Amino acid sequence: MHLEWGFFLRDIGDGKTSYLDWMISAWGWTLAVAACAWVVALLLGSIIGTLRTLPTEGLARWLVKFGNAWVELFRNIPLLVQIFLWYHVIPSLYKPLQEVPSFALVVLGLGLFTSARVAEQVRAGIQSLPRGQRHAGMALGLTTAQTYRFVLLPMAFRIVIPPLTSEAMNIIKNSSVAFAVSISELTLFAMQAQEETSRGVEVYLAVTTLYIATALVVNRVMARIEKRIRIPGTVGSEK
Amino acid sequence: MGALDLSFLNWELVTNFLIKGFVFSVQLTLIAMVGGIIFGTVLAMMRLSGRQWLAWPAATYVNTMRSIPLVMVILWFFLLIPFLVGKPIGAELSAIITFTVFEAAYYSEIMRAGIQSVSRGQVNAGYALGLTYGQSMRLIVLPQAFRNMLPVLFTQTIILFQDTSLVYAIGAYDMLKGFEVAGKNFNRPVEAYLLAAVVYFIICFSLSTVVKRLQAKIAIIR
Repeated sequence: MHLEWGFFLRDIGDGKTSYLDWMISAWGWTLAVAACAWVVALLLGSIIGTLRTLPTEGLARWLVKFGNAWVELFRNIPLLVQIFLWYHVIPSLYKPLQEVPSFALVVLGLGLFTSARVAEQVRAGIQSLPRGQRHAGMALGLTTAQTYRFVLLPMAFRIVIPPLTSEAMNIIKNSSVAFAVSISELTLFAMQAQEETSRGVEVYLAVTTLYIATALVVNRVMARIEKRIRIPGTVGSEK
Repeated sequence: MGALDLSFLNWELVTNFLIKGFVFSVQLTLIAMVGGIIFGTVLAMMRLSGRQWLAWPAATYVNTMRSIPLVMVILWFFLLIPFLVGKPIGAELSAIITFTVFEAAYYSEIMRAGIQSVSRGQVNAGYALGLTYGQSMRLIVLPQAFRNMLPVLFTQTIILFQDTSLVYAIGAYDMLKGFEVAGKNFNRPVEAYLLAAVVYFIICFSLSTVVKRLQAKIAIIR
């Protein structure tokens, strides 16, 4: 098979943009969607995950139920369908959202989908702590909020970094579904450039390489963070 | 609030648009599950064989598949398979092949964890009885690995079922497509997408409840 890369420098038809320019801007969109959605996912996921570990007494019981329902809702609908819900269904039921750019809707869709998975990891992280930690907080006279703030969460977040790393890498891969609502990201670029140039193999190779490179960078950055903040005295810190 | 109008729903619509897509989604899930578990188990055994020339290609395959977005994999296969076989194949067949080899990478990681969860003594006992590597794998290790990993394998299958909606990228007629076509025909796209979400939710939620029960059951026996 003969590969031909020259078309990347060719103009896409508007007289100033080349396919290479287009691909780089598409990469930018992929990064933007993934990064913004990651912020949403991390924020909401941490809150929901924490809620699910609250002691099940009194009003907090409802918070736990709410957290569980949240996770079930966003985990049991395919991401692509959720993106369609945000793009087609919700704006038509709630008109003000029609003014919102589709980028924001995709970020919300991908962010909420991922928040359920982050919540699951955060919950598991908090529950993996020995019960004595919570009790120690209570014995010191801390309120529930203080126990979480000063005892449980600082430990839990450091424990869940490895699973969160794979979620961060997943969100980059998952951002590819944004093609379905015409966000000009890498996958949509791949589909359109393939059609226009008929050099599918070259286009897909370039796009796939960018995806893998991005995932690798995220992996390295997270590994660095993990190393920085690991908990002294644990198995992980001796490596 | 715009009003929803579900009056277009009737039995004819279900039989004309939805059944076909639903059947394909289920078919795709089942074939990819069975094929993926078989192929994935082979990959896992290759990686754990201790022979570099077997372990390395398997590891490379699994890691590559796992680092590319599924949509891109679907596009790749749709582009390359006709090129390899010399004639165009339909989006549906292409999807079946893609999902089988793609899911194998994910199932293989599960099976690898499963095989590693079986204690060393079990394998040694097999060798002490004079079983070969293949026999001890087949008769002792794999049945236990499979059983230990059953809930995880099913959970992966639920994810697989959700992921089948991504064949949207190559225009295969799956369950989501069925809803979309129905919505377009009756000019009710909003209701159609909403219904699709409800149906997916009901299916996946029920399946995951079953898996949770299974997990609890297995946990008691062990």
